[in-house]
Amino acid sequence: MTEVDSLQSGLGLDPFVEDGEDDSGKDYVHIRIQQRNGKKSLTTIQGLEKSFDYKKVLKAFKKEFCCNGNVVEDAELGKVIQLQGDQRKNVSVFLTGNNLAKKDLIKIHGF
Amino acid sequence: MEENGEDLAVTNDKLSQLSVAEDGGLNLGEKKKKKKKKPLADAEEALTEVTEGAADDDAADAGQLLDMSLTKKKKKKKPKARADEDAVEVDETAEGEADGEAAEASGSGLPWDGSDRDYHYEEMLDRVFGILRENNPELTGEKRRTIMKPPQVAREGTKKTVFTNYMELCKTMNRQPEHVQLFLLAELGTSGSLDGQQRLVVKGRFQPKAFEGVLRRYVNEYVGCNSCKSIDTLLDRDSATRIISLRCQQCNASRTVAPIKAGFVARTSRRIKT
Repeated sequence: MTEVDSLQSGLGLDPFVEDGEDDSGKDYVHIRIQQRNGKKSLTTIQGLEKSFDYKKVLKAFKKEFCCNGNVVEDAELGKVIQLQGDQRKNVSVFLTGNNLAKKDLIKIHGF
Repeated sequence: MEENGEDLAVTNDKLSQLSVAEDGGLNLGEKKKKKKKKPLADAEEALTEVTEGAADDDAADAGQLLDMSLTKKKKKKKPKARADEDAVEVDETAEGEADGEAAEASGSGLPWDGSDRDYHYEEMLDRVFGILRENNPELTGEKRRTIMKPPQVAREGTKKTVFTNYMELCKTMNRQPEHVQLFLLAELGTSGSLDGQQRLVVKGRFQPKAFEGVLRRYVNEYVGCNSCKSIDTLLDRDSATRIISLRCQQCNASRTVAPIKAGFVARTSRRIKT
């Protein structure tokens, strides 16, 4: 799948030159949801670009969606943003709207 | 009847003035031998000829045909595109008559039976597809949607959800229950296990719709073939490279699939005080 995509995107280019970003397939932004007690839930955003200032992104999220949240440091996955409530749609719209992540690189998990 | 036939012949003559090409078009009629290039004219001619031929031996049949030809005359005033369609139709009726008349039919049911006119593209296309459909129906590219049963989900207590027909669905997808379970739990971000009756018990409250969505994603990712959309596929795991690949049994295409990763799971339960 990724191979085909990279081939199509790099039609005019030398196909043997490493593209770096697209080829690795690891730059997905995963947006997940977790159930808590009752109808509450938690949204986690994993895999945002590392060069971002997570605190600033979080601040923007919080302001935009009117929810609380924080940045969690994970041993393997690096920094993960947690938000209160089901913000999956909001997050993906926000990320694409502000060019923080490409639409096809965002993966929404959960039900 | 005869008058009508003559009438038709006259109009035919008018038509033939458009383009005149001399040759023996059809073997049925004996009076008219002018072949036109336009399919409309062609069909017209065939019709008249048959009509005339039929008028000689069978009155009832001829009456029928004349009916046809009368309607045909009306249609003549319509634009060419429509007339073209009509031509094909009429050709077929003419052919039916020809079969009966010639008392000799090859019996293959093809539109050009009993006449040695040129084949039309549509007719040949129909013939090819008919043969194809008869011999191997899966090649015609018609979509066969695989329908899976909707997941049956029940609540166990207040905090657990039981996926009742889990095993059945795994069987229809032809996947290992462990693999499906891994995916479901990773996607739903919970824990769960199989119970004694081979049902999947998942922690948390979930609607059947939630399961349906996740299963749909599972099928897209790990079951459906990308090139032919069939779900008759196998999942192979190469032990040396630890790459899981999906091979289609229908078209033999193969692709690699991503391993299931649970990703980040936030802690939602209370911390144990130390």
